[in-house]
Amino acid sequence: MLMSPAILALLGGGGLTAGLLCTAAAAGVPLLRHFDLADGSERQLRLERRTSLISTLVAHGAAFELVGLFLFLSTADRLHPFFVGAMCAAGTLNAHPWGYPALLARLAVSILAGVWLIVHYTDCQGYDYPLLKLKYALLLPMAGLSLAAAFAQARYHLGLAPEVITSCCGALFSAGAPTVAASLAALPRRPLGLAWGAALLVLLGSGLSLIRRGRGGYLFAAAALGAFPVSLAAFISFLSLYFYELPTHHCPFCVLQGEYGYVGYPLFLALLTGVVAGVGVGVLMPFRHRESLAATLPRLQARLAALSLSGYGLFAGLCLHRVWVSALRL
Amino acid sequence: MARRLHKQRYLLDFALSSLWRRKGKNLALLGVYSLLVFVLASVLFFTQALKREAALVLAASPELIVQKLAAGRHDLIPAAYAERLREIRGVSRVSGRLWGYYYDARVRANYTVMAPEEVAVPEQAVLVGAGIARGRHLSRGSTLTFQGYDGTPRAFQVRGVLSPESELLTADLVLMAAADVRRLFGLAEGLYTDLTVAVNNPREVATVAAKIQELLPDTRPILRDEIRRTYEAAFDWRAGILLSVFSGALLAFLIFAWDKAAGLSAEERREIGILKAMGWETGEVLQLKFWEGAVVSLTAFFMGTLAAYLHVFVAAAPLLAPVLQGWSVLYPRFRLTPFIGLFEVAILFFFTVVPYTAATIVPTWRAAGLEPDQVMRS
Repeated sequence: MLMSPAILALLGGGGLTAGLLCTAAAAGVPLLRHFDLADGSERQLRLERRTSLISTLVAHGAAFELVGLFLFLSTADRLHPFFVGAMCAAGTLNAHPWGYPALLARLAVSILAGVWLIVHYTDCQGYDYPLLKLKYALLLPMAGLSLAAAFAQARYHLGLAPEVITSCCGALFSAGAPTVAASLAALPRRPLGLAWGAALLVLLGSGLSLIRRGRGGYLFAAAALGAFPVSLAAFISFLSLYFYELPTHHCPFCVLQGEYGYVGYPLFLALLTGVVAGVGVGVLMPFRHRESLAATLPRLQARLAALSLSGYGLFAGLCLHRVWVSALRL
Repeated sequence: MARRLHKQRYLLDFALSSLWRRKGKNLALLGVYSLLVFVLASVLFFTQALKREAALVLAASPELIVQKLAAGRHDLIPAAYAERLREIRGVSRVSGRLWGYYYDARVRANYTVMAPEEVAVPEQAVLVGAGIARGRHLSRGSTLTFQGYDGTPRAFQVRGVLSPESELLTADLVLMAAADVRRLFGLAEGLYTDLTVAVNNPREVATVAAKIQELLPDTRPILRDEIRRTYEAAFDWRAGILLSVFSGALLAFLIFAWDKAAGLSAEERREIGILKAMGWETGEVLQLKFWEGAVVSLTAFFMGTLAAYLHVFVAAAPLLAPVLQGWSVLYPRFRLTPFIGLFEVAILFFFTVVPYTAATIVPTWRAAGLEPDQVMRS
C-alpha cells in the first residue's frame, strides 16, 4: 500500500459513505414493507419520522459519493509517478486488477446517487410521499453498489505496490491492443462521429419537445442514457486526438492533467450531469399523473431536461471548440 | 425560487443567532474543530510544498547518473567507462563528476566537496555554501583549512559565498578546482566519482539505462525520475504516518462532536419544543440544524486552513519541520513557495467535514424529532 494522504482520505471517506448509505438502506426496509399513509398507528408515525433521518443520511452520502468520484480520479492521476510505465490515471488504475472495477463501481454509484437525489427532491414536493417506495427501493441497490465500490477501492488502494511495472494509455488505448479500451479507440471515426451527432440531435429534439410541449419524456431519457456511452466512445475514438494534437493518442485520462488545463474535469462533470438529469426525467415519468405532483412534476422535468441538455451541450461545445482550434487536421 | 432562497436566508439568520445564544459550547467545539483542521492541513500543505521544492530542485539535476559498484558499494569509476557509454545510440553527452564528503570536526558536520562543471574555480580557492559560511563564520577572503586524505593540512581562500536563494541545494557545498579535489581526497587521474549521461530523447532514458546495465554490469544507472519517485514516496509516507497518528485525535474529536450534538441542554430542548409548537416541521428544524452544522464546519475549516497556511508558509512550519523535512547539522534556511491546490482542499474536506457530518447526523435528527408535548412533560 502507498501511504499517501489522498489514499487515506479516500479509504476513510469511502468507508464512511458506504456506512451512511447502508445504515439508511437498513432503516428504509421497514418503510418499504409497512409504510401506509392511511394507517394512523404509532408504528406508521415512527416510520414517517424516520423518513427525515434516512433522507438526510442519503443526501449527505450521495453528495460525498459525487465528490469522492472526482477525488478518486484525481488521486489516480497524481499517483502515476510511482509506477514505472504510468503516465496518467490510465496506468495507475491498470497497476492493480481492482483499479478499473473500482472506477466503474464509483461511477455507477455516482449516477445512481444523482438519480436518487432527483427522486428525493421530487418526493419532497408532494404532500403524500408520492415517490417514497421508489426512493427506498432505489436505496437498496445504491447501498449495495456503494459497499462494493468501497470494497473494490480498498482492495485497489491496499494492493498498490510501487514496484509494479504497468501499461499506460499509449498501450491500453492503442488501436491494436487486445483490450476493450483499444476496441473503442479503433472504432471508425466517420460512422462514430455521425452516430454521436445523431445521438445529440435526437437528445436535443426530444428535449425541446419535452420542455415546450411536455411530451417525449421516455424518449428523452433513453436518448440521454444512450448519448453517455456514445459520447465516451466518440471521445476515446477521435475527439481526444484533437486535445492531444496527436493522431495516435486516445487516452480519456490525460485530459485530467494540468498540461491540458484540467479540461477533463469540466468535460466529465458535464457528461455526468447530462446523463443523471436525463435519466432522472425518465424515472419520474410514471408519476406525472399523481395528483400531488401534477402541478410541479412537468415543470421539474422541463428543468431537468434543460439541465441535461446544458450538460451534453457543454461537453459537445468544449470538444468542438477543441476540434476547431486544434493544430491537428485528420 | 426566490421564496426558497429567502427561507434559507432566514433559517441561516436564525441558526447564527441560535449559535450565538450558546456561544460557550459552540466556541469550544469551533476551537477543537479548527485545531484539528489546522494540524491536518499543516501536514498536507507542508508535504505538498516539500514535494514541489524537491521536484524543482531535481528538474536541474542530471537525468541519468552512472555509478560503479564494487562488492555492492559505490566505487570510483574509470574514465574509460565514459568512452563506452558514448557509443550507446541516443546518448548525447557523458561527463565525469568529482565529488566527495568531508567531515569537519569543528562544526561536527559533513560538507559536500565538488568540482563544478559550469563555474571555473581557481586552484587553492573555494566557493562555500551559506550554511558553511554561517557555521564557520566565513566571508570572502577568509581562509578555510581542510585536512587531506594523507593528513596534510590544505588551506583554501574563500572566493565567495554561494547565493542564499540556492541554499536548499548549496547549504553544505564547497566548490573547488578538480585538481584540488583530487589532491584533497587522493583521487588518481582517470578516475571519477560518477558519470552523468545526457540522452537526446527524454523518453529513451529508461532504455539507455537498460543498455548501460547490459554493457557495464558492474555499474548502477540512477534515473532522475527514480529519485523524484523516492522523494514523493518518502514525503507521502511521512505525511501518511503523521495522519494515521492524528486519526486517534480525529476519533476523539468525532466522539466529542457526537456528544455535543446528542447532549441537548434544557434550553435547546425548550427552543425546539417552542418552534414545533409554533408550527415548524421536523424537516425545517433539521434544516436549521444543518445550517448550524454548516456554519460551524465551514468556519472551522476556513480558520484551520488559514492558520495552517500561516504556520507553513509564513512561519516555516516550526511544529512539523523536524518530523517531516528531515534534519542535519547544516540545515539550509529556505522558504517554501506558498501553494494550496483544490486537491489538497478536497482531501482535507474528506478528512474533517465528512466524518464530522457523519457523526452528527443521527443526534441532530433525534433533536429535530422532539415533540412539544415531550418537551413540556420533561
